Amino acid sequence: MMYEVKVYVTLKEGVLDPQGSAVKNSLHHLGYEGVEEVRIGKVMTLRIEAEEDTIDAQVKEMCDKLLANPVIEDYTYETEEVVSS
Amino acid sequence: MKFAVIVFPGSNCDLDMYHAVKDELGEEAAYVWHDETSLEGFDAVLLPGGFSYGDYLRSGAIARFSPIMKAVEKAAAEGKPVLGVCNGFQVLLEAGLLPGAMRRNAKLTFICKQTELEIKNKSTMFTTGYADEETITIPVAHGDGNYYCDEATLKTLKDNNQIVFTYKDDINGSVANIAGITNENGNVLGMMPHPERAVDDLLGSADGLKLFQSIVKYWREQHAITS
Repeated sequence: MMYEVKVYVTLKEGVLDPQGSAVKNSLHHLGYEGVEEVRIGKVMTLRIEAEEDTIDAQVKEMCDKLLANPVIEDYTYETEEVVSS
Repeated sequence: MKFAVIVFPGSNCDLDMYHAVKDELGEEAAYVWHDETSLEGFDAVLLPGGFSYGDYLRSGAIARFSPIMKAVEKAAAEGKPVLGVCNGFQVLLEAGLLPGAMRRNAKLTFICKQTELEIKNKSTMFTTGYADEETITIPVAHGDGNYYCDEATLKTLKDNNQIVFTYKDDINGSVANIAGITNENGNVLGMMPHPERAVDDLLGSADGLKLFQSIVKYWREQHAITS
């Protein structure tokens, strides 16, 4: 089966995000004073051909090995089956 | 003594590293392309700075899976000197050969300047030549040099004397001002400043040369003929 997988990688809570802080300050300058925090992350979209019972394990493995760095980053993902019409 | 200079696609300090070893240190050096699989015949391994794989995904994240890295891990396990500078340090972190990770510099700017370093451990195989110095001047050139590790790791680094260099002033937000650390065994050193760019007074500083000389001294001592 074909899956579309969205992987979200974010800096762990407690790890300072210099980009997020800069963007937060910029939003304050624009007048959005209510913005308390900005955290910047990445979204990766993958198309993967896999069996239903292995897709989850495969994506986890990819995240742990390469897509995220467990020292500073957390990840979540969504998988969706691509149905060909 | 023979040094391997690993070359990844996007490395750009490989020539400086080669020049430092060959011309200033007077030892043998050879380039090793990232898709090689063996480091047989080399006594030490140098991972140069640059932007391997364009720093895509994270600095060092893709280079870490280059075929040559298995051989680098082997050399590290055998106790051979392994030095990663700048992007080389990032690759060693991503490979898990050193603890921690790099973040964007705290102020987001790329920093390129001479930097004063404090030498925290003078008894490593990379620093015995610095017996008389408290601080040295070595240039940095990085955008992702903001070292991070959690408190437990920091305590381990301190307890084992693994912190070798710290920045005299906080330049990039690094935890404990860390500029360079070794592994627990002391034979793998990662550092953001570029010792290979400070090997001659003409370059503004020759303080980096002693680091390479320390490696040679260590190697000679290990290989001295004892009868």
